[in-house]
Amino acid sequence: MFFAQIQLSVMMELNLENSNNVALNANFKETENVMSDAKRKQFKKAPKSIVGERIFKSLLGLLSVLILLLVVGVLFTLLLHSLPSIKAIGFKFLWTKTWDPPHSIYGTLPFLVGTLITSFTALLISIPFSIGVAITLGEYFPNGPVSNFIKNAIDLIAAVPSVIFGFWGFLILVPYVRELELKIGITPPDGQGLFTASLVLAVMIIPYAASLGTTMIKMTPSALKEAAYGLGATRWEVLKSVILPYSKSGIFAGILLSLGRAIGETMAVTLVVGSAIKMPSNIFSTGNTMSSMIANQFSEASSDPLQLSSVVEIGFILFLVTFLINYIGKRIIKRFSNK
Amino acid sequence: MIVMDMNANLKWRIGKSKMAQYFIVGLAFLCLIPLALVLFYIFKKGIGSINWHFLSSEQMSGGIWNGILGTLIIVPVSALIAIPIGIMGGIYLSEYKQQKFAIWVSTCVDIIQGIPSIVLGIIGYLWLVLPMHGQHSALSGSVALAVMMLPIIIRSTEETLKLIPDTLKEASYALGVPFQRTMWKVIVPCGFNGIISGIMLGVSRISGEAAPLLFTAFGNPFVQNNIFKEMGSLPLIIVDASRNPSPETQAQAWGTSLILLVIIFVLNILTKLLTSRWKVQL
Repeated sequence: MFFAQIQLSVMMELNLENSNNVALNANFKETENVMSDAKRKQFKKAPKSIVGERIFKSLLGLLSVLILLLVVGVLFTLLLHSLPSIKAIGFKFLWTKTWDPPHSIYGTLPFLVGTLITSFTALLISIPFSIGVAITLGEYFPNGPVSNFIKNAIDLIAAVPSVIFGFWGFLILVPYVRELELKIGITPPDGQGLFTASLVLAVMIIPYAASLGTTMIKMTPSALKEAAYGLGATRWEVLKSVILPYSKSGIFAGILLSLGRAIGETMAVTLVVGSAIKMPSNIFSTGNTMSSMIANQFSEASSDPLQLSSVVEIGFILFLVTFLINYIGKRIIKRFSNK
Repeated sequence: MIVMDMNANLKWRIGKSKMAQYFIVGLAFLCLIPLALVLFYIFKKGIGSINWHFLSSEQMSGGIWNGILGTLIIVPVSALIAIPIGIMGGIYLSEYKQQKFAIWVSTCVDIIQGIPSIVLGIIGYLWLVLPMHGQHSALSGSVALAVMMLPIIIRSTEETLKLIPDTLKEASYALGVPFQRTMWKVIVPCGFNGIISGIMLGVSRISGEAAPLLFTAFGNPFVQNNIFKEMGSLPLIIVDASRNPSPETQAQAWGTSLILLVIIFVLNILTKLLTSRWKVQL
């Protein structure tokens, strides 16, 4: 049916082309007889389909330039609007510990630290699970009902909106974390904080590392695995000494991509991180990440130019950091797939 | 003696292998617990608050109609912006994959995909709200979401079109069919399901996004259908509820979460069905 469809459309094209040619021939005969200026002009014009082709091709080119311009525009806009703050504050923006709009002191260190703590804690928590999913789907159950079940469930995790994760964490997870904090004697037991944000983030980033890891593990040449089995290796030994060494760079790239996600993730973090504008003292204390800081402060900041510019600069830093991490990840994937 | 030793050793190795397998598969299943908890609580707490009044009245009187309407306006508008550019971009990338410029464009698509959603919110604000003297508008939110959706459509179009055998294109060229007709009448129809599933994936991804809308569409507790004014949306209602927590707003947010989840799951299931059909055809 699929091929019949194509045949039909090609045939239709053929007919159209034929009728075009007939019309063209007729045109040609007329011009021989009369040869008026107008007719000559019409004759010299390229056939309609070629004009259409040119238009289409230039439209394709134009739209791809638009995509390029979009990135340049984003970069330029962020740079332009953070210039006032870069000029006024300079590099000490990165290591000033206070964010005090009434006194016009702007420093991003607390949010930088918050982002680093939450994303790396989330990564540490999620790595065993995402590698577990990757090995399960790539090696133990490459297809079949178990594989479909896990794959669909992991897809579901990726599909749940981050604001829903955040809201769930805010109402369900926070009380449990508060109990935990009471037990181990953290004061004040807020429940909200960097640790809670890390927990929510850890769940959210599993799909990214898991799906890429699965692909990479599946790419291990079966000749290598069979050779190891032939030498009498058990399944675990094959996994440990053939599959994982072969796919480790790919798995690492997947982990990097999920780190990029964790750093940029906003809503889920904003709702559970506690939104305190201060230097976090430990992993349980409330704080802010760069993204949650923007989400909380941007609307207030829009009245004061310097404050707005500082918030945009945080966004700019966020953009650059995620770009760098994603870029390294993609480079590793590319090298891996060329191997 | 040696044989017995070897047997013990073998048993130990096989046992270790089995243990490792149980452990790893166990870890994989453990991931599903948080998902199950999220789904369980949302269904349990959300189902009670859904009724006709909840769906049809404004946020102030305990409903979410302003959010439903807002999502129904903002998301299609951004799809309208993203779909033409996305499909054309995908065609460009799959047709000119060996050109140097195409590699640049492809890198740009990767960059756009990596932009954090909150940064897109800032961009939407700086591009379309600040020049309008700070007038928040649904349109600016749609533009921010369109940028977010664009890479998904481009990638899915590109990947689908790359799967189509070159012989089809060559056959069409050999019959004298010009390039753009070959594209629209032969190549794109063959990859139609793949492209549609990319679009639906994009729509399901952006319909749950709140971060790009915070400073652009801004949210509105009243019904608004002018895209040049502030507009509410379903995710923004959930954000509102967690900023002013009270039993009523919480119930409202649980209900909203449930509706949002159902919408997104339906879109995802449709996408899955389409892609599986597409694979059978190929």
